[in-house]
Amino acid sequence: MSSRETMLGRIRAALADVPPEERPEDVQVPRDYRRSHAGTGADVLDRFAERVADYRATVRLVAEAGLTAALGAALTERGVRQLVVPEGFRAGWLPTGPFTVLADDPQLTVSQLDAADAVLSTAALGIAETGTLVLDAGPGQGRRALTLLPDYHLCVLRADQVVGDLPEALERLDPRRPLTFISGPSATSDIELDRVEGVHGPRTLDVVIVTE
Amino acid sequence: MSEGLVWLGTPAFPQAAKKALADTQLRRNLGKATGTIRDKRLRVCAELDDWEQLRDSAAALKLRTLRHLPRYLEQLEASVTAAGGTVHWAADAAEANRIVAELVKATGEREVVKVKSMATQEIGLNEALAAEGITAHETDLAELIVQLADDRPSHILVPAIHRNRAEIREIFRSRMPDAPADLTDEPRALAEAARLHLREKFLRAKVAVSGANFAVAETGTVLVVESEGNGRMCLTLPDTLITVMGIEKVVPTFADLEVFLQLLPRSATGERMNPYTSAWTGVHAADGPSTFHLVLLDNGRTATLTDQVGRQALGCIRCSACLNVCPVYERVGGHAYGSVYPGPIGAILTPQLAGVGHAASLPFASTLCGACYDACPVKINIPEVLVHLRAKEVDAKRGRRTPTVESLLMRAATEVLASPERLRLAQKAGALGGRLVGRGGRIGPLPGPFHAWSDTRDLPVPPAESFRAWWQRTHPEENDR
Amino acid sequence: MRVALFITCFNDTLFPETGKAVVRLLERLGHQVDFPLGQTCCGQPQFNTGYRPEARPLVRRFAEAFAGYDAVVTPSGSCAAMVREHHPLLAADDPGLRRAVAQVAPKVHELSEFLVDVLGVTDVGAYYPHRVTYHPTCHSLRMLRVGERPLRLLRAVKGIELVELPAAEECCGFGGTFAVKNPDVSAAMLADKMRHVLDSRAEVLTAGDNSCLLHIGGGLGRLRTGVRTVHLAEILAATEGEAR
Repeated sequence: MSSRETMLGRIRAALADVPPEERPEDVQVPRDYRRSHAGTGADVLDRFAERVADYRATVRLVAEAGLTAALGAALTERGVRQLVVPEGFRAGWLPTGPFTVLADDPQLTVSQLDAADAVLSTAALGIAETGTLVLDAGPGQGRRALTLLPDYHLCVLRADQVVGDLPEALERLDPRRPLTFISGPSATSDIELDRVEGVHGPRTLDVVIVTE
Repeated sequence: MSEGLVWLGTPAFPQAAKKALADTQLRRNLGKATGTIRDKRLRVCAELDDWEQLRDSAAALKLRTLRHLPRYLEQLEASVTAAGGTVHWAADAAEANRIVAELVKATGEREVVKVKSMATQEIGLNEALAAEGITAHETDLAELIVQLADDRPSHILVPAIHRNRAEIREIFRSRMPDAPADLTDEPRALAEAARLHLREKFLRAKVAVSGANFAVAETGTVLVVESEGNGRMCLTLPDTLITVMGIEKVVPTFADLEVFLQLLPRSATGERMNPYTSAWTGVHAADGPSTFHLVLLDNGRTATLTDQVGRQALGCIRCSACLNVCPVYERVGGHAYGSVYPGPIGAILTPQLAGVGHAASLPFASTLCGACYDACPVKINIPEVLVHLRAKEVDAKRGRRTPTVESLLMRAATEVLASPERLRLAQKAGALGGRLVGRGGRIGPLPGPFHAWSDTRDLPVPPAESFRAWWQRTHPEENDR
Repeated sequence: MRVALFITCFNDTLFPETGKAVVRLLERLGHQVDFPLGQTCCGQPQFNTGYRPEARPLVRRFAEAFAGYDAVVTPSGSCAAMVREHHPLLAADDPGLRRAVAQVAPKVHELSEFLVDVLGVTDVGAYYPHRVTYHPTCHSLRMLRVGERPLRLLRAVKGIELVELPAAEECCGFGGTFAVKNPDVSAAMLADKMRHVLDSRAEVLTAGDNSCLLHIGGGLGRLRTGVRTVHLAEILAATEGEAR
């Protein structure tokens, strides 16, 4: 007998007390928790900015007209020389400055990504209550390694992409895509259970929200 | 001992605890760390006014999953396979270790990078791989500290919680070849040293091994919840990913994660959300590993499932909140529990995974204060299971030819307490005996079996007249009741 | 309302003054109390240590002794919790006993619950001119959820100076047979509890359970700290002229 059959057999024997006619949905799951804790309308964006900032990441709200300048300023301020820009990042948003833009076509090697100073990406959505960005490898986000190896992650999000809370976020996400939930820069609580920012992932995270 | 559960062979809990209590540095480290996390957790949990509703929902979801586990596991297998992954079933630790070792060898590689995982610790995977000539590099900061120091983890979430920053600096300086000469004990500097040490390993790694926090039956999506980015490195850069997960980690639907992802980070590190959560479904074209294996691990879980009271321990999402609030854990640390699962959850999980008769002292390593139950985000009634396991332990000894002293005392106590008249007589005798040994109304240190109590505590001398005797004397008219 | 006192075997034997205080207090509030002489013990030591068959006869005795009362009051959070939470479990396999337990168990109240919820009083007319700190014992706190009730009662006591106990909600380390099976951990927990009691600068430590007070008081006495332990009932029963 295969281990598969052994294990499933053991489980069925262990659950002898469960009536055979019981269906999973017969075990009631109360769902009276909130869909969101983040309020509505403008509150959501304020909450997102406040919560992202709590992780020592910065959040800037800019109108689309000022976006390119804001991105350029952020990259210059951080001293970026080599910038990775994933495929599908809107050409009109791309800043110019004293940096080289690296495209992932052909695929950049891990060494090239490691040597790059920064990545400029979009995101699938933002979650206000937890201050989280979610990436799903959509346009302007690229494969997961692109937003992982460079030490500085600059992320652009439209205001209408920010949802209130996790339940609303999961409704909009497609689990068939690779998903990365990002809440602030890389951090650890492993030393005396005190949080310090900056281990293996990007040590600096800036978020720019395009308000209109 | 049950085959397959890593058991450190430590002495029974009371003896191991006594040794730990003597380590004043350990006491300070634990007190500081658990104090820090307790306050943070209470603060972020209080932000959600529906915290109790979320707990109720999580408990019900776990119940639904466990009661219909075969269906969900088969569904998970089908969905992972459809998404390009391969599913393996491992009945015990030896089989799981063999599967992983063979998968690694098939790649031609001799080293793997690892994401912190309780399941692989439980089965002793690193040691099993080493025996096959494969080096496993732990990449979580705390696991790295433990691995470098040839130490054992002492906490589910923060395996090096028993070390303070000064000790960690010393471990890095003496055991990490590329540690900077001027390394300070600043956590930031220590994290930076780990970053540099592991960077090159991440970049060259071809095979990674991880655990899983959740796996969604409906979609085949597997999740790893982490902080440092070492998880993302392992899950993204290598060509081959092997994930080992306990069968109880399956959740029915993707939407169900909305409950667990709110509860877990807040309960674990006291953060609204952990820095990184990765979710993948099989393999993704041109993004991440091209080969994905999922190993479903039993190793005592089906035996645990058999116990209708004890099975709730399988609902555990490994947040560690129960450890951080436990007054016993706070004082003795994780090593005294002799298992990779310490603290209150370990006290109910280890004896069940290992089988009754093993880890017999663990269900008694609690005052039943209930702080763990209050903190548990999936509402595992740990005190209930502790008392249940105590009864199993006691019942297992009943058949013996020579009964334990304790069982004789308990039986004698029931004999006395079953009759008010016998209780009255015993009270009279006790009051007399107490007055014989007592001085000034107190009984001081006593010899023999009483010393455990009387070493640190006085006992009052029993009063000459019990309440019962007083009542009968002062309410003679009611004595015929 | 027919009210019965469940003294508990522990108080009956070692702390009769607590029982007398409950009687005095309730009579002062205008309620007659019965003491059913058939009562002995709730079976908690047996149950919590894993001796269920040994606990069952005591469940039966309890249900028989207290049948027919409108309310059962007890100066022990731990024993009240045992009856309300665990007697139904121990009676589950015996339909007759299950019915008897279902009748009695919900009527069992810890003293502060009885005063605040059943009698609806918080000012019981007590006088106690001492500096007092309150330890919320684990079973009162987390099984019965008595919450603020004891503190509301204490705040209404005349002459009392109520001071906060640091880390009040942390277990004192008693835990019944835990104190004997794990004496070293128990003593370490006790040491921290005593430190907090001393930090509060109280002269009296009170609680709703004499078992925890015996443990903490035993430690405070051994160290000759001069801090007394007094059950909540005795403070609430004290009046001007007779206050100790």
